[in-house]
Amino acid sequence: MSKLYTGAEIVFKCMEDQKVEFIFGYPGGAVLPIYDELKNHDTIKHILVRHEQGAGHAAEGYARSCGKPGVVLVTSGPGATNVVTALTDAYMDSIPLVCISGQVPTHLIGTDAFQECDTTGITRPCTKHNWLVKDVKDLAKTIHKAFEVATTGRPGPVLVDIPKDIQFQKSKYTNFIKQKKLNGKSNNRFSQKDIDKLIEMMSKAKQPIFYTGGGVINSGPKASEQLRELVSITGFPITSTLQGLGSFPGDDTQFLGMLGMHGTYEANNAMHDCDLMINIGARFDDRITGKIDEFSPKSKKVHIDIDPSSINKNVKVDLPIVGDVSEVISLLIKTIKKHKTNFLKSNKENISKWWEQIGKWRSVNSLNFINSDKTIKPQFAIQRLYELTKNKDTFITTEVGQHQMWAAQHYKFDKPNRWMTSGGLGTMGYGLPAAVGVQIAHPDKLVVDIAGEASVLMTMQEMSTAVQYNLPIKIFILNNEYMGMVRQWQELLHEKNYSESYTAALPDFVKLAEAYGCVGIRAKTPDELDQKIQEMIDVKKPVIFDCLVDKEENCFPMIPSGKPHNQMLLGPKDQKENKITGKGKTLV
Amino acid sequence: MAKSKSAYSDPGKKGKLDTHIIVVWVDNEAGVLARVVGLFSGRGYNIESLAVAEVDPKRGISRITIVTTGTPQVIEQIKLQLGKLVPVHKVADFMRGDKKIIFKEMALLKLVGNTSKRNKALKVCKKFNPVVLDKTQKSVVLQITALRREIDNVMGDLKKFGLVSVSRTGAVAMTRGSEIFK
Repeated sequence: MSKLYTGAEIVFKCMEDQKVEFIFGYPGGAVLPIYDELKNHDTIKHILVRHEQGAGHAAEGYARSCGKPGVVLVTSGPGATNVVTALTDAYMDSIPLVCISGQVPTHLIGTDAFQECDTTGITRPCTKHNWLVKDVKDLAKTIHKAFEVATTGRPGPVLVDIPKDIQFQKSKYTNFIKQKKLNGKSNNRFSQKDIDKLIEMMSKAKQPIFYTGGGVINSGPKASEQLRELVSITGFPITSTLQGLGSFPGDDTQFLGMLGMHGTYEANNAMHDCDLMINIGARFDDRITGKIDEFSPKSKKVHIDIDPSSINKNVKVDLPIVGDVSEVISLLIKTIKKHKTNFLKSNKENISKWWEQIGKWRSVNSLNFINSDKTIKPQFAIQRLYELTKNKDTFITTEVGQHQMWAAQHYKFDKPNRWMTSGGLGTMGYGLPAAVGVQIAHPDKLVVDIAGEASVLMTMQEMSTAVQYNLPIKIFILNNEYMGMVRQWQELLHEKNYSESYTAALPDFVKLAEAYGCVGIRAKTPDELDQKIQEMIDVKKPVIFDCLVDKEENCFPMIPSGKPHNQMLLGPKDQKENKITGKGKTLV
Repeated sequence: MAKSKSAYSDPGKKGKLDTHIIVVWVDNEAGVLARVVGLFSGRGYNIESLAVAEVDPKRGISRITIVTTGTPQVIEQIKLQLGKLVPVHKVADFMRGDKKIIFKEMALLKLVGNTSKRNKALKVCKKFNPVVLDKTQKSVVLQITALRREIDNVMGDLKKFGLVSVSRTGAVAMTRGSEIFK
């Protein structure tokens, strides 16, 4: 007779077979048998967080920076409800997470037992799938299925709820051999005909643009390389969503910068005026499209996405291609090379006027700002941070708000998986725990959380985690004492009624850093900024960097609510010089 | 136009609404109906009627028939979103009024009244295969099968003949001829 294992042992057997190295978690009554088993498995290291939301975001940061699924372990009731924000965040941004939650024993389910909640009910709409395991014989199968669901197709979070009695019960375990190449194959529903059609459209286009998103990153590092090749052999301009940053080098001349609500003037105008839009792994999010009825009215649209339900959801497209980005681009490049040897040459002539027009938009220099020698401008702070860290293969996470947009605009990424930000859900408090997860995956790399003082206070307790595991994360706070993005909307749209957007009693972040046992640094003026940033980089400990910035700076350019791409608000310099016209201006 | 204060765009033009019958084959497991129904409520889709039962006990497959209304874009989304659920095997979509499809709904009707009223009631139901399931001195329970709208009409007509209680199933559907939906 083969050996019998307890449910808790099976959980670890599964994780070993799935090559899990780290679990982010927090113990509690209903997962104690699993925690008891932890000591017997050397290859798996548990990272103790300070709040289950932090475990979820740390696992997200881990997953996004290294491409492997993040694993979370929480207890029943409050443990499970606390992780819901992170699961929803991962669901919106397509991040593979496997969350294992404890549950009260099966005979107590439904009795309102201590720390009982309907975990599978609560997490049903924010996971790809979830399971309540009621029989120990199903446990191994379920956990392996959970990893498969999380990592295949469009990735996302899953949850396995395991009642405490199941963790004690015994069953057999047969070793699991992970199938290779699950991703892609089963999701590719395109044919050579689609690719030929696309190439025909591309060769006819006079004003084409690539619009790329997080799908390129999720498709793996190879997809980013292929994208670079594709863009270079076509000579087309390319813009990226917030989540796609890094899949194409931010300082390349063909890159127009980020598009969308706070995207560049050239990217948004090019999207509006193009005659061929090739969407690769993006989802026509409302922060990107603005007013749908007036979104890129003249263009033929091609949509390459692994998720068939993304096609025609928000914007009707002319050519849908359902498949893994990497596989689609690789066939596309192969076909171009085979048939259209002088594609690049003929295209250059075709689209030279288009590049001229883009050059005009570019000359507006929409990311500019009026710098100051007295106060630190937040954009300047990010530019300096970029200049001082760009040669270090730096990993950046962010919280949510103005600082996030400034980081996206002014920090130039040239590799995928270096940029971790909460885009879909917009979760304040994401960046600090995410940085913890990134640093776990890349212990020797520089990891910086570009933060706002309001966001970072939401998950500040995770500094304690960083200190416990010697994770030298840098929390770079652009401190303007306001919830800046809220304040900006109130200034522009609610007659400067700054209702509850000012934080009157902020902690002293330097002392707070010291209280946590890490290093606090404060920068007050532009001339000391470089030296202080360098000091932050050189310290081999976690740092909270309190960068006191201009309190009233707004994030421009900006597409005001419900406006199309060609009606942008530009920064103060351009407003003075009267470069924006008509409708846009009346909104200021 | 008044200036918008919202961070979101205004709703665009509304498309034309069609009624569709969506048939979903699912694993008959705990919570599967909640997943399907939750997808509809969570994404703001409409459910007019719902019928569900296991149809293949050996493989544990249930067949869910949902009548819904939406723009062509919404109907397309419903199908694609359903297709993504892990326990869903296949999704079929029929337009109401499609000649190749049979739709039927069953209703139980309880009528209280004298013999003459009850006979008149039976006459009203004649077209819809009435079956008398229960009969007493002053009451009758009828079973009819018909289309949703036909049952609506019958209910209206029966009011004056002592209709006191109605129980209806949701619509179920099947293709005509030898073909089956793969």
